[in-house]
Amino acid sequence: MQYILLTIMIVSAATLGGCTEGVLDPKGPIAAAERQIMFNSLGIMLAIVIPTILATLGVAYWFRSSNKRARYLPDFEYSGRLEMLVWSIPAMTVLLVGGVAWVGSHDLDPRKPIVSTIKPVTVQVVSLDWKWLFIYPDQGVATVNQLTIPIGKPVSFELTSSGVMNSFFVPQLGSQIYTMAGMVTRLQLQADLPGTYRGLSAQYSGNGFADMRFNVDAVPAENFSQWVDATHSAGPVLDTQAYAALAKPSKAVEPFSFGAVAPNLFNGILTAGMRPNDPPSAIHPMSKRAEK
Amino acid sequence: MNIAVALDDVHTDALPDASEAGPAPKRVVVAYGFWIFLLSDIVMFSALFAAYAVLVRATAGAPTGAELFNQVSVAIETACLLVSSYTCGLMSVAIGSRRRFGTYFFALVTFVLGAAFLALELREFAGMIAAGATPQRSAFLSAFFTLVGCHGLHVAVGLIWLAVMMAQVATKGFRATVERRLLCFALFWHALDIIWIWLFTVVYLMGGRP
Amino acid sequence: MNLFGKLSWTAIPFDQPIVMIASALMILAIALVLGWVTLKGHWPYLWREWLTSVDHKRIGVMYCVLALIMLLRGFSDAIMMRAQQAVAAGGAQGYLPPEHFDQIFSAHGTIMIFFMAMPFMIGLMNFAVPLQLGIRDVAFPTLNQVSLWLTASGILLTNISLAVGEFAKTGWVAYPPLSELQFSPGVGVDYYLWALQISGVGTLMTGINFVTTILKMRAPGMGYLRMPVFCWTALATNLLIVAAFPVLTATFAMLLLDRYLDFHFFTVEAQGNAMMYVNLFWVWGHPEVYILVLPAFGVFSEVIATFSGKPLFGYRSMVAATMAICVLSFLVWLHHFFTMGASADVNGFFGIMTMIIAVPTGVKVFNWLFTMWGGRVRFTVPVLWSLGFMVTFAIGGMTGVLMAVPPVDFQVHNSLFLVAHFHNVIIGGTVFGAIAGYNYWFPKAFGFKLDERWGRASFWCWLTGFYLAFMPLYVLGLLGMTRRMQHYDNLNWQPWLLVAAIGALVILAGIICQIIQIVVSIRARERHRDVTGDPWNGRTLEWSTPSPPPAWNFNVLPSVTGIDAYWNRKQSARAHPHDAAQAREYEPIEMPKNSATGFITAFFAVVSGFALIWHIWWMAALGVVGALVTILVFAFRDEEEVEIPAERIAQFDRRHQAEVAL
Repeated sequence: MQYILLTIMIVSAATLGGCTEGVLDPKGPIAAAERQIMFNSLGIMLAIVIPTILATLGVAYWFRSSNKRARYLPDFEYSGRLEMLVWSIPAMTVLLVGGVAWVGSHDLDPRKPIVSTIKPVTVQVVSLDWKWLFIYPDQGVATVNQLTIPIGKPVSFELTSSGVMNSFFVPQLGSQIYTMAGMVTRLQLQADLPGTYRGLSAQYSGNGFADMRFNVDAVPAENFSQWVDATHSAGPVLDTQAYAALAKPSKAVEPFSFGAVAPNLFNGILTAGMRPNDPPSAIHPMSKRAEK
Repeated sequence: MNIAVALDDVHTDALPDASEAGPAPKRVVVAYGFWIFLLSDIVMFSALFAAYAVLVRATAGAPTGAELFNQVSVAIETACLLVSSYTCGLMSVAIGSRRRFGTYFFALVTFVLGAAFLALELREFAGMIAAGATPQRSAFLSAFFTLVGCHGLHVAVGLIWLAVMMAQVATKGFRATVERRLLCFALFWHALDIIWIWLFTVVYLMGGRP
Repeated sequence: MNLFGKLSWTAIPFDQPIVMIASALMILAIALVLGWVTLKGHWPYLWREWLTSVDHKRIGVMYCVLALIMLLRGFSDAIMMRAQQAVAAGGAQGYLPPEHFDQIFSAHGTIMIFFMAMPFMIGLMNFAVPLQLGIRDVAFPTLNQVSLWLTASGILLTNISLAVGEFAKTGWVAYPPLSELQFSPGVGVDYYLWALQISGVGTLMTGINFVTTILKMRAPGMGYLRMPVFCWTALATNLLIVAAFPVLTATFAMLLLDRYLDFHFFTVEAQGNAMMYVNLFWVWGHPEVYILVLPAFGVFSEVIATFSGKPLFGYRSMVAATMAICVLSFLVWLHHFFTMGASADVNGFFGIMTMIIAVPTGVKVFNWLFTMWGGRVRFTVPVLWSLGFMVTFAIGGMTGVLMAVPPVDFQVHNSLFLVAHFHNVIIGGTVFGAIAGYNYWFPKAFGFKLDERWGRASFWCWLTGFYLAFMPLYVLGLLGMTRRMQHYDNLNWQPWLLVAAIGALVILAGIICQIIQIVVSIRARERHRDVTGDPWNGRTLEWSTPSPPPAWNFNVLPSVTGIDAYWNRKQSARAHPHDAAQAREYEPIEMPKNSATGFITAFFAVVSGFALIWHIWWMAALGVVGALVTILVFAFRDEEEVEIPAERIAQFDRRHQAEVAL
């Protein structure tokens, strides 16, 4: 009964809403590969779990005490052959899925560059309270709560946090990765189809967490260059003072951009994360929260 | 009687397995339970050791172990603790023979040696703090003070326990409960010694090299 | 220096109406109960028979009572969250501001795991293990009592945080840097840490107690491979407690040092390492979930075998599987943070280890199936819960194996898919097992059965409600909704959250049915009276005692010759009905004396904990001294045991034999 409910749920999910957003609707190679692995693993597991559930209900029903047709075998408590079967079925399943896991972990390692002839776009990501800062070091611009990337090109992310842990996540493009102060994590994603995709933080970080959303605009390459030029010509400079102002707690921040970025700002933020009492960090203060 | 020959005559199947002998006597149960407690305490120390190992290089510009450790003092502390384990063993022997004076005497020597260990350790900590190497300066110092301090805290608790046990011997004599508790104390004291061996190897010997 | 540290009248949340109402209701409920007890003059009885009892059966019942009360508190948090998420869609902010919502989900997880699931399982083990082992009590009865009351201390502190101050707003795992003083300057995290440190000491002592009891105190003839499977799972559980809880103690101690003394274990500055907290926490955290589920597996083994009228299939396999799970649970912790950036080799290794644990678990499911095969299955309430478990846990285990594949986890970590998975296994496993267990052993503890009709109603409500509440969460996780969201903008998510809220209401109906079941059963207890002590035609030794058993459990310690010791005895009694009734030799029995140590130590623990939270140092010192003095008073007491004369035992036994013969 409950299994039927589950099937209805999964089917309706696939038909109603699941196919148009989220992890079942990939827009890039990473997310597509991950979805495939999910389906493969699910298929292998269902092949065991569905028969097991049916057998459980069937056996319980058939051998109910009111059923006089069922044989009573009060001494049936051991069978070597059945034990072999009972240990080997899960073991073989696990062997199979384990192989998928090992190969998949290596193929989809977040640090592993995406195989491409095109040079990746580098984006440096800083999670703040409670917004996202994206720095494009090669283009010399920065944005808040708005990530514009070209389609068909790999994007190489370097991520850190100004304070508490967060998790950078764009479900339709692929893997999430934690952001931690004083450390750099790396991620490679690519969008193959144009569109606007939802991005969020997947690690709870406090009061304004629910509004830590950002949009990912995946646009054709020419549009991306145009966007870079347009951003250059307008908007404030992201220097240490501007960063200090940005680091103050705020939530539900409307997306905006910086026309220029101080050189090596990301490294400054990173090392500030390690020693905020040292002089360099006075220029890049860590996120401070109001005393209760 | 030749035990080997005697056993050969008995069918081993006929002998009850130790696991089928029924509930063990109280002395065995108490000692076993205390061993399990000691193992859990060692797990806790392992977590602190792990934290120390992770943070040993996180000196954040503050003094390192090599700059701070006084190996002579540590050697004397080690000697105090090791000898106190020996005198604790002598105390256990005295308890077994029901010799009151021996019990009190070796308990006192054990106490004095343990207290000496603590005094030296506190002096070491005070010196480090006076030199500015406080646990608030760096992650390494936090880990150092916590690991070594936790062991010192256990020693302090042990000393209080020893004093209470002598009060119990004085008021209740060597009855079964008191003897069981003294056995547990001895196990505790020896375990602290073993943990100290690990501690001084990992922290002072290995960390003392520049 | 302020005499009351950080404590002042501003600690009471007068400006938050919902919290004030909840606190008022809580205080009212407590006052009503205490008032009723006082009016009826029950204090002497309560003090003498329960609060100072060192009897494992009484302690077990009290653990279960605490757990059921905390189920209500934790579930009310759940209903509030479901209601909030059902309405806070689009631009709507719902009725719970983030400051409040963030405390609710942190309290919900903390309470359900530490103060509902753990006490429930420990309570069942307390009640049943000594009876099943054929002995009179656990190895350290007074320590057992202290464990119970320290758990109650943790519960009290957590509930005080509702009315005085606040609770943590970090999630139940309290990762730094968020849980450090810089980002959580209030008292919430301190309430969390001290409540769990205090109850954690109690739990560790339970672990030591039961490992010693199971390994060193069993009835004569009961070798290891003749123990009931519930005792094997209890052994594995308590080994896990002994090996894992000290890590949590150390980890919380380090976080406390960071917060109180400005240390730098996990801070961002001075090169602290927040990743280390994550590792240490989950080194405890993964064994913890097996601590929660292994006793449930034991309950199901007992229930399925008993109500199939057959021995458990593959006893040795089940034992091997249990101990394999015990060991393997320490080798998988990284799967809780695949997304923290470890290398592919590390992620892959832990992913595979996680899947390997699924093997012994799968073996157990198949063995339960084969236990029913060839049996005569009676569909009693415990069996319904067992079947519900087998189906539900299969699904939950499957999604667990799915998430053990790191690339899949990268997409669903921290989403509602994860939330659905762990509720799937904890509710389907631990909660269903707890309810099956207390329906199963209730007649033994109280002498009358629980009402079957309301039991069945409760089961169907729970089962339906569970699927309605959590299957949508799997979908939402795949749609990209992450956990702990106080509001969201995507209106596509709302229909699923509405269904989930309805599911929570159906579970509420199930809980109400459970309450009605207890009330109805107490009213009709004479009709459901269990006179024989063996209402289910049981197989293990607890069913050989009267219901409820006397304080000393067995008039004569049973002598065991095989697995399912009681079943064998019944079979041979049936086969040889003309054997002369053995002249029983009664000896006086020494039982441990009641003591107020646990209750008073716990009182001082609450005082110290509260004082430490609010930085009232003199009060904290007083509390610690008080606890020490209490322990010293206990250590210096002269009489430790009470002797029950042989004549009284003989009288009791004759009366029981007469009742059974009727």
